[in-house]
Amino acid sequence: MRSSLLRNTAAALVCALAVTALAGCGTSSSGDGTSAQPSGGSADATTPLDPKAKVTLSIDCMPPAAKAAELKEWKEDVAEFNKRYPNVTIDGRSTPGQCLEPPRFTAMLKAKSQPDVFYAYFTDLQQVLDNDGAEDISAYVTPQSVPALDDIDKNVLGVLKRDGKLYGLPTSNYTMGLLVNRKLFQQAGLNPDTPPRTWEEVRAAAKRIAALGNGTAGYGEYSVENTGGWHYTAAMYGLGGDIVGADGKAAFNNPTGRQIAANLHAMRWEDDSMGKTQLLKWGDLQKQMASDKLGMFLAAPDDITYMVQQLGAKYENFGMGPLPGGAATLAGGNGYMIKKGSSSDKIKAAVAWLDFKTLAVGKGQFRYDRSKADGLPVGLPQPAFFTGASKAKDDELKAASATMPVANFKAFLDNPVPGKAEPQKAQEVYKILDKVMSGILTDKNADAAQLLAEAEKAVNQLLANR
Amino acid sequence: MPATAAEDFRRAFKRNLTAHGFLIGAVLCFSFFSWYPMVREFLLAFQKTEAGTTRWVGWDNFRHVFQDPGFWQAWRNTLLFTALALVLGFLLPFLVAVVLNEFRHAQGYLRLLVYLPVMMPPVASVLLFKYFYDPGYGLFNRALGVLHLPAQDWLQSGDTAMLSVVIASTWMNMGSATLIYLAALQGVPGELYEAAELDGAGLLRKIWHVTVPQTKLVLSLMLLMQIIATMQVFTEPFLLTGGAGPEGSTTTVVVLIYQYAFNFNQYGGAAALGLCLLVLLSGFSALYVRLSRDNES
Repeated sequence: MRSSLLRNTAAALVCALAVTALAGCGTSSSGDGTSAQPSGGSADATTPLDPKAKVTLSIDCMPPAAKAAELKEWKEDVAEFNKRYPNVTIDGRSTPGQCLEPPRFTAMLKAKSQPDVFYAYFTDLQQVLDNDGAEDISAYVTPQSVPALDDIDKNVLGVLKRDGKLYGLPTSNYTMGLLVNRKLFQQAGLNPDTPPRTWEEVRAAAKRIAALGNGTAGYGEYSVENTGGWHYTAAMYGLGGDIVGADGKAAFNNPTGRQIAANLHAMRWEDDSMGKTQLLKWGDLQKQMASDKLGMFLAAPDDITYMVQQLGAKYENFGMGPLPGGAATLAGGNGYMIKKGSSSDKIKAAVAWLDFKTLAVGKGQFRYDRSKADGLPVGLPQPAFFTGASKAKDDELKAASATMPVANFKAFLDNPVPGKAEPQKAQEVYKILDKVMSGILTDKNADAAQLLAEAEKAVNQLLANR
Repeated sequence: MPATAAEDFRRAFKRNLTAHGFLIGAVLCFSFFSWYPMVREFLLAFQKTEAGTTRWVGWDNFRHVFQDPGFWQAWRNTLLFTALALVLGFLLPFLVAVVLNEFRHAQGYLRLLVYLPVMMPPVASVLLFKYFYDPGYGLFNRALGVLHLPAQDWLQSGDTAMLSVVIASTWMNMGSATLIYLAALQGVPGELYEAAELDGAGLLRKIWHVTVPQTKLVLSLMLLMQIIATMQVFTEPFLLTGGAGPEGSTTTVVVLIYQYAFNFNQYGGAAALGLCLLVLLSGFSALYVRLSRDNES
């Protein structure tokens, strides 16, 4: 009896200690040093940053050491920025590989461990808001704080807004097109300057490239990790279709959707022009194309940068055409948001840094003469979010320092396709559509109509549940 | 009397102070890394966070998860994996252990060989198998080609994807089970085999009438452990097939939990699914605990 009493008392004591420790942890995690701390500056969003206010900004997506030239430019930009804002300390954080890995990003938001200024894809806005992760910066972003503001494409800025409030500033944007391997096109007797414009042309070209043999595929597609659904969506947009209609229901189980499925099935199984290895995800097709084993796939221009910088390919080996069909193309991009709870001075400092680094023509990421001197590529068609005078000036500066074979993108630039945003609940919808893609690409006897019907039901269920 | 009790408590507390001090570290670790997350998961399963506001939603997360067509497919896939893993991963190590037990020489080296795959980092092993399974340049299809056998689709077909995952998983994990079986086999008295031989029993009859009854408890415990482990399979399908496979044929329950949490930002759904799995596995765990007690007694 007595020993039981002792045991219980000891257990209670230990539990109390544990709870105390947990409470301590909770306190420390909520005070991670990035919460709203008045730093002595003005809370009025329209006044400039107080030069006396000391501000330290933690910011992710600083280039890693492996990207020596970009890191050098980052450091130069920080030094130049500090000439005007000596009171602002830029605490850059880099990640090897991708700046943003969706699972890590989601966990970071949940834990509220994002830095003061954090990198995000356009499609992340909803989950950032769900987690109360970003500040409304509408009042801080004005033509005074961001001089090129009126020249930033309204559609691009629009995707970072919700209910009229602005939650981020863009760094880069993209629209998808058809990426081609020029060497394989030439070997197959095709003209790489005029990439296929329709799916019939894609199929014919893929067949000729695959006929080169030696494991060469004419056309490649993704089908796992939500990337299959992503590309199916792009193909639908290209043919004027949609994934989620205006009525908020699935809109892909129709002749257009079936046409895409049938074409892919024919390329995979009748023509054998898509290679044997399927269940591919982002990164796999780039590896195939960089090693001259793949003729075409749907991509954004920055895929070329990845293949050259990470996989050792050569810029002149690639070209781009518009998305087959050309009715519309999937548009996306990324930018920076500012952590919820940041002080007024932090927000002002962050907007000043983002303006200098990512939104000012002739500065930061748009200092093309410096990029050329550092051996970085100049001449990619995107990012392209400027309009008006800023665009004219940016185009002029880019052309003056171009190091890329810009003629290879002529077909893409001369035939602009209107960009269209991703569907609502994009990642969940893509996951469902992955099954359609993997079914078509791995099962010779796949019933595309049934796969699409099942996906339609699942998407409608998903949308109804929200 | 109360004064004596208080005195006793003080004395006992003093006597056990060091022990409690040592215990605190472990208790804190378990509290922080095991118990607290479990409590949080339970709460999350009944909550939803939108626009920065967390609210109680009752059974909504469960309803949402049950209505997901992927939910039942994930359970079917998990049960298929468990069944295949039991056929391969339970029988094979036992048979290997029986064979190893027959060796009189070099048993140490053979044990090391069998255990080597367990020492390899799981990710490295899985990526190795990913290469083996490639339909174009993979080792397995090349080997089949040399033998004039038809190439297989392995991970590329909904019919064979899960089996391929199980083969990789069995290769990676069978070393530990083999050593446990071997230890159990070596505890079987040799006289029983001699008596069986005198009665004219062959190898199979010796296994069935001597080995199996003598190692029944270990076999039962290992079976339960195997079920509990295989129903939580994640690494192999996640790395081999992107967690999906052809038409979602390798999406397991734990992969689906991962997708809910980290792909769809639906922690409530992930927690609800986790609780479902917990309830099911609790049954097996209770059985395991009971068998362990029988073993001790």
